[in-house]
Amino acid sequence: MSQSLQAKIADVFQEPGCEKNAAKDEKTRKKGCSKPLTPGAAAGGCAFDGAKIALQPITDVVHLVHGPLACEGNGWDNRHAASSGPTLYRTGFTTDLAEMDIVMGSGEKRLYKAIREVIARYAPPAVFVYATCVPSLIGDDIEAVCRHASEKLGTPCIPVNAPGFVGSKSLGNKLAGETLLDHVIGTMEPEVSTPTDINILGEYNLSGELWQVKPLFERLGIRLHACITGDARYREVASAHRSQVNMMVCSAALINIARKMQERYGIPYFEGSFYGIEDTSVALRTVARMLVERGVPTDLLERTEALIAGEEARCWARIQPYRARLKGKRVLLYTGGVKSWSIVSALQEMGMEIVSTSVRKSTAEDKDRIKEIMGGDAHMVDSIPPREMYAQLRRGDADIMLSGGRSQFVALKAKVPWLDINQERHMAYGGYDGMVSLVRELDRAIANPVWQQVRQAAPWDAPLAAVG
Amino acid sequence: MAEVLHSRKSCAVNPLKSSTPLGAALAYLGMAGSVPLFHGSQGCTSFALVSAVRHFKEAIPLQTTAMDEVATILGGAGNLEEALLNLQKRMKPRFIGIASTALVETRGEDIAGEVRTIVARREELRDTAVVYASTPDYEGALEEGWSKAVTAIIASLVPEDKTSQTDRRQVNVLPGVHQTAGDIEELQALVESFGLFAVVVPDVSGSLDGTVPDQYQPTTAGGTQVEQLADLGRAAHTIAIGQHMRRPAELLRDRTGVPTTIFQTLTGLGPTDALVTLLTQISGRPASLRLRRQRSQLLDAMLDGHFHFGARRVAIAADPDLLCSLAGFFAGMGAEVVTAIAATAGSPLLAEVPADRVMIGDLQDFEDAAKAADAELLVTHAHGRQAAERLHLPLMRVGFPIFDRLGAMHRCMLGYRGTRELIFEVANIALSGLHSHTPEDFADALPPIEETSHAYAPAQRH
Repeated sequence: MSQSLQAKIADVFQEPGCEKNAAKDEKTRKKGCSKPLTPGAAAGGCAFDGAKIALQPITDVVHLVHGPLACEGNGWDNRHAASSGPTLYRTGFTTDLAEMDIVMGSGEKRLYKAIREVIARYAPPAVFVYATCVPSLIGDDIEAVCRHASEKLGTPCIPVNAPGFVGSKSLGNKLAGETLLDHVIGTMEPEVSTPTDINILGEYNLSGELWQVKPLFERLGIRLHACITGDARYREVASAHRSQVNMMVCSAALINIARKMQERYGIPYFEGSFYGIEDTSVALRTVARMLVERGVPTDLLERTEALIAGEEARCWARIQPYRARLKGKRVLLYTGGVKSWSIVSALQEMGMEIVSTSVRKSTAEDKDRIKEIMGGDAHMVDSIPPREMYAQLRRGDADIMLSGGRSQFVALKAKVPWLDINQERHMAYGGYDGMVSLVRELDRAIANPVWQQVRQAAPWDAPLAAVG
Repeated sequence: MAEVLHSRKSCAVNPLKSSTPLGAALAYLGMAGSVPLFHGSQGCTSFALVSAVRHFKEAIPLQTTAMDEVATILGGAGNLEEALLNLQKRMKPRFIGIASTALVETRGEDIAGEVRTIVARREELRDTAVVYASTPDYEGALEEGWSKAVTAIIASLVPEDKTSQTDRRQVNVLPGVHQTAGDIEELQALVESFGLFAVVVPDVSGSLDGTVPDQYQPTTAGGTQVEQLADLGRAAHTIAIGQHMRRPAELLRDRTGVPTTIFQTLTGLGPTDALVTLLTQISGRPASLRLRRQRSQLLDAMLDGHFHFGARRVAIAADPDLLCSLAGFFAGMGAEVVTAIAATAGSPLLAEVPADRVMIGDLQDFEDAAKAADAELLVTHAHGRQAAERLHLPLMRVGFPIFDRLGAMHRCMLGYRGTRELIFEVANIALSGLHSHTPEDFADALPPIEETSHAYAPAQRH
């Protein structure tokens, strides 16, 4: 590992803005956050995966993966981060290193040529170049290649140095944040700038969720300048330092960006969520208050309250028909991080019962919030082994499971309704509108008549009755 | 004869390939009670896993040795041993198939030696068949990975014995990576219609065919039993499908002495006739009435369908054997293969693809070439969807991955029935694209009027 990357990782592990970190003593903090993985019992993506997830939604740039085929070839164009315009980000680019490149050490040369090719053909505003394990192992210096290419070719080439083997997906998220801080944010000036410009960090516009909340801000005259990185254009991210307030969603993923932007550019930030009615209202209210604190006229506050009141009422009215159908239904919620508490409160708003919720990736504060929301009977679990999960579902402990694709088939094979609430989902659940979608999807899943049919055994195994 | 060209780009754009270890994993998944294990970083496994889950719509048991940077530099034997023991403890597999990745192969360890040492030393692994194939990502793609894994299975688990008594009714089948559960079931039915039975290695029709078992199953629920491998030497004949199965098929023949036939494809009238001829010879029985009827149905489908193939301009991008098979099928139905892109240079038969040239390339090459050649139909895997959108052309999904359609594993393209269905599928795509004619369609019906040659021509219109 290069020294600069080592320093970066140490820096990320020291992040003072991270609540998990804040709760640690000096000694444990030094050890860093990476739990050693167990061979033969590990799940989840690598640091490269995490970096790519965080940056790929920048729609108008080339995302070029420097490595052997698998890193890009097995996983390109597989998420639903939506774009309102450019589609370049959905194109898979890789140097597809062959044995000769590795043996002869010609990887850097190949990378440079690849950069030249994509710039010649696509003329992107920037090229993001991702390091992977093999070139890192043989000592390819992607930072040097990017520096050289930027100078020679006149297009910013951004080195994303998060090879898979340095750690987990979440470390990769943070290294992606560092990349933006080091090479992108603050390098350009915005075309338009207003006193109500805000940025949203850690929102990837999966299935278009950003567009469920963007109109709310627009209605208040608040301008969403840069979403980092959902539906983003390079220039928006590069000029994000001129915004007035940063809202950080998705918990700790990009906390380093929020905190360092405050340090460097004096932009205050807060952590919020657009999942659930209550959370959406709190987020709107907080943005308005922080903008007013930065000098926006105070009438914004009243207008915000009026919007919230109207939207909440409209949302409840749309949800109402489903409440009776969902009330008392038991949910097994299996996800991580910020989504847990925000979805817990959303489900409770529907009168649903949470059988248990996982808190694998949650911070101490997340857990406190869940306790607070769920009262005394918070069934928080760290992780449920699939065999145990299957047994619970077969026993009928829950009426539906909400989780990510990884456990989808545990639920389905146990013949229990399942709803995708992870990044691969096709539905948008953001804001007030998303809450209505979520409730509609819950009902659609639970009420489907197939559950009855698939649970019944074949009738012809019963003792034979006489024909006739 | 086609000229085989290599793309000269340094940057692969919209990769056509899926990785070599993934191909190996798919083969290992055809074994019963199996867990494939990638020797690499956890991301190597994670990407392959997601890709496989999205294609099969099934939970896929795929594990990782979780190499981090330190282990990579110091050597991965410890991780490999720990992974094998953990898998054995947690999942009790009957079979573990190890596929190496570019990461560990770049460092260049003696993984085969390490596996031997670990298995010999650890009591716990006594009842588990452990197989290793060297499958770095930087060499080959899906077909190569599958081929290497099947070769490794045969090399490790099929005894070298040419003296075992022959069961005249047994036929060994070595399917290629693109044979689905539906294909294998059809092939079994064909074999059984001659009073024979098939031993399929590996058999994804028992493990990836999508069923609902009555209990939780951490490993594959069905597939080829390890014990069956010992019986391969008893077969009357071995049938392998595709050029990429030549190596494992020849190895099996060398170890067992069982006569072997390698079919380049079993899609199409000619190839199916050849298979049926072979089965009549092996069994000494004539083709059944049902089979005769199926052949006649295929002839009828060819007659009904040929209207929609003749001179149609088709662009195909696929792994080499699948490309050869499909190009042969389309050309045989009268279509013109205007673009042929192969994921790798894997097969010597690429030169025989009925097209002017075959390019070893990616989906950008495919899109560019299809556009330049004015193709009317795109044939490739689901990642061709972006090209189809941009070119406003229908996309017929074939191969791996197909993540945006259901039923990829049950689609059958082999034998008389599978070919018949394939003809209908293509013809229906053409039929759904038919448009109602307008006068403009016939603008060229008469030569344009030239003003000077007709005294009574109207004045120039505006």
